[in-house]
Amino acid sequence: MSKRVLMQGNEAVVEGAIAAGMRFYAGYPITPSTEIAEQSSVRLPQVGGTFIQMEDEISSMAAVIGASVAGVKAMTATSGPGFSLKQENIGYACIAEVPCVIVDVQRSGPSTGLPTSPSQGDVMQARWGTHGDHPMIAVSPSSVSECFYKAIRCFNLSEKYRTPVILLMDEIVGHLREGVEIPSVLDVEIINRTVKSSEGHQPYEGDIHEIPGWHLNGGGRYNITGLSHDLSGFPTNSNEITDKLIRRLMGKIEHNADDIIEYEEKYLDDAETVVLCYGGTVRAAMSAVLEARKQGVKVGMFRPVTVWPFPERRLKEISPKVKRIIVAEHNYGQIVLEVERIVKNDCKIDFIGKVDGTVITPAEILKRIKEGK
Amino acid sequence: MAKMELRLAGSGGQGVILATIILAEAALSGGKNAVQSQSYGPEARGGMCKAEVIVSDEDIWFTKVVNPTFLLALTQESLDKYGKGLDKNCVIMADASLEIPDCIKDNKVIKVPILKTAREVVGKGFTANIVAVAAINEALKLVPFETLRDVVMARIPKGTEAINLKALEEGEKLAKTL
Amino acid sequence: MPAELINKYMREAHLPHIWCPGCGHGILMRDVAQAIEDLGLDQNKICLVSGIGCSSRAAGYMDFNTIHTTHGRAIAFATGIKLARPDMNVIVIAGDGDIAAIGGNHLIHAARRNIDMTVVVFNNDIYGMTGGQFSPTTPTGDFATTAPYGNIDRPFDIAALAEAAGASYTARGTAYHAPLTIKLIKEGIEHKGFSLIECASVCPTYYGRKNKKGGSVELMTWQKENCVMSDKAQHMSKEELEGKLVIGRLSEKDYPEYTEQYKKIIEKARK
Repeated sequence: MSKRVLMQGNEAVVEGAIAAGMRFYAGYPITPSTEIAEQSSVRLPQVGGTFIQMEDEISSMAAVIGASVAGVKAMTATSGPGFSLKQENIGYACIAEVPCVIVDVQRSGPSTGLPTSPSQGDVMQARWGTHGDHPMIAVSPSSVSECFYKAIRCFNLSEKYRTPVILLMDEIVGHLREGVEIPSVLDVEIINRTVKSSEGHQPYEGDIHEIPGWHLNGGGRYNITGLSHDLSGFPTNSNEITDKLIRRLMGKIEHNADDIIEYEEKYLDDAETVVLCYGGTVRAAMSAVLEARKQGVKVGMFRPVTVWPFPERRLKEISPKVKRIIVAEHNYGQIVLEVERIVKNDCKIDFIGKVDGTVITPAEILKRIKEGK
Repeated sequence: MAKMELRLAGSGGQGVILATIILAEAALSGGKNAVQSQSYGPEARGGMCKAEVIVSDEDIWFTKVVNPTFLLALTQESLDKYGKGLDKNCVIMADASLEIPDCIKDNKVIKVPILKTAREVVGKGFTANIVAVAAINEALKLVPFETLRDVVMARIPKGTEAINLKALEEGEKLAKTL
Repeated sequence: MPAELINKYMREAHLPHIWCPGCGHGILMRDVAQAIEDLGLDQNKICLVSGIGCSSRAAGYMDFNTIHTTHGRAIAFATGIKLARPDMNVIVIAGDGDIAAIGGNHLIHAARRNIDMTVVVFNNDIYGMTGGQFSPTTPTGDFATTAPYGNIDRPFDIAALAEAAGASYTARGTAYHAPLTIKLIKEGIEHKGFSLIECASVCPTYYGRKNKKGGSVELMTWQKENCVMSDKAQHMSKEELEGKLVIGRLSEKDYPEYTEQYKKIIEKARK
């Protein structure tokens, strides 16, 4: 039986990542993600892995991609300003299909903002931060235990779909300490990339459901580029090949949405009002929902665990059955835009957004739940 | 056990964050649920620092303290700030050197010479947080002394066991003599 | 012999290259291939990393494990590759803008760490791919599309910059001095630590034309007539070296190498 220990969210991310097979970390110190770098510097050499503190955020992302193409599972962690700096190379990982995990512990912005205060202002940046059309997976944990397990899931998704995956944290969860059971024998599957080894095999071969296999471990001397490329991995100016490439990149996530998307529902069966939130905000929402239920209010909670891709189909099933959805997030209104796009006129949409660097409280959510009743 | 919401406040570098980590770990060792969080400014030393622990037998959802059932203040600034708006049932432990502001006149206020004890009895000012942890544990009857001692010994740097044990014993003594 | 070299080390399907007639980059790319051939290295154990720019297209033409990365970041990608696979020979090919402007930070920090990799700079003193803007190595007073009144920036000496930042091997070759440049690249690859070989290329299309310095023949003739070997330069005065380019091995030091140092960290952490 595994022992329950007090652990910080940021520390649990490192333990989860190592359990998933992370053996390389490159990063640059930034509040409130720094503990992830510190813990990685302690833990990685213990398991024969490598930690490097790079000269900046850009090189951290570059080194992570470099380590991954060389066959080693790699991760970096950052926060708002650093996340902005990493974006160009995240796009590179998207088009070159390099598995890697990027942790963003969100803090108040824009710019330097309130460095030690919580926020969820990077949700849209997580989706569209790098230029051009690209696929994106972002997973948002709401407890320390989830920091461990979702870090593993991020690596699994990344390896399976050959794409960068963002562990979209917030300061609430990143700096939170609570009891967590780290299993002595891992109770989840670990996915490793498949590497096709035959010489002459086209590294980017396969339809949109398949993931190209490649690189240094495989024996074939492949080329990798951020330019639009053909199945062999070499640059092309062909509009037709480029069209196929972009559609395949988007398609590998879209066509596998059922495998990728994860959400959590509470008390939806008879709910008239639904609180929709993600990440650290879930903690306040659940407190409010439980209190409202005690008072006889028919309220439930819907929580995208994968913020991207957004659980669109499930939300579209829920929205016609309820009277109101309250979106609560620590920003000026980002996921609420996605909810409005999906829900349209199925039900009323309310919004609680906080941008002052303080945490949304259960009382604020409870008040809104009862106001609209 | 009723849910306890503890807020510890002081100046950066006094170790209030570590104090809350120790209290949360002790509660966890005692079979309870606990969450710990903190807020702080940009300063590594000085500046106001606030850290919180919630202890409960049930699941803890919201991670921040809403209505403190207990406040520890080690500086006048933190006592003046966090003393405001407290529920009348909140117990306040203030360092003996502080002046009690009007806003908490109706609360139970325990004045304890934490800083002085650390400095003069234990002999090292930096042990104030450990003195405080033991005093809080005793005052709130959180966990047995031995449980707290084991948690502290696992958290502190090697070579400081003796002085920290002394700090724990003195802290408990302070609370027992109240 | 050149045909054999091309068959073995170039990806013929991806030739001809995109470089202009008279560009020095083709010669320098061949120098890299010849150095590898001379050393008898396993093609599968070489990882060639490039950034963005004219020079960076070399990665696609050469038959190794190749990665064409983002602008300025080749050394940072290479750092990840080397740490993940210390057994690989990691070679970076980069241009002057790529490595001394947008990627300058990575250059100095990789040099400071003395991580084992060989950086071959194809320095043509201009941004060629974007059409002739001045680079951090364009001499003061020269012209470029973004220096229409003459360049007021002072140029970097990339080799000296790398040496000052901690690189343990630095050298300079040119497109004209092929045998020397091959020798220097070989020394750089064999050297354990961060080595940098700055290679003066020629850009007749933009640099030559903008500065009325003629075509490839004139630019190469300049290299032939104005280069001084480093051992000879040591005995020359500042005045005598005015307007000259010092070539050959410039520095060699014995600093601890980064991946070797990290191996010790792993041993320490596992105790």
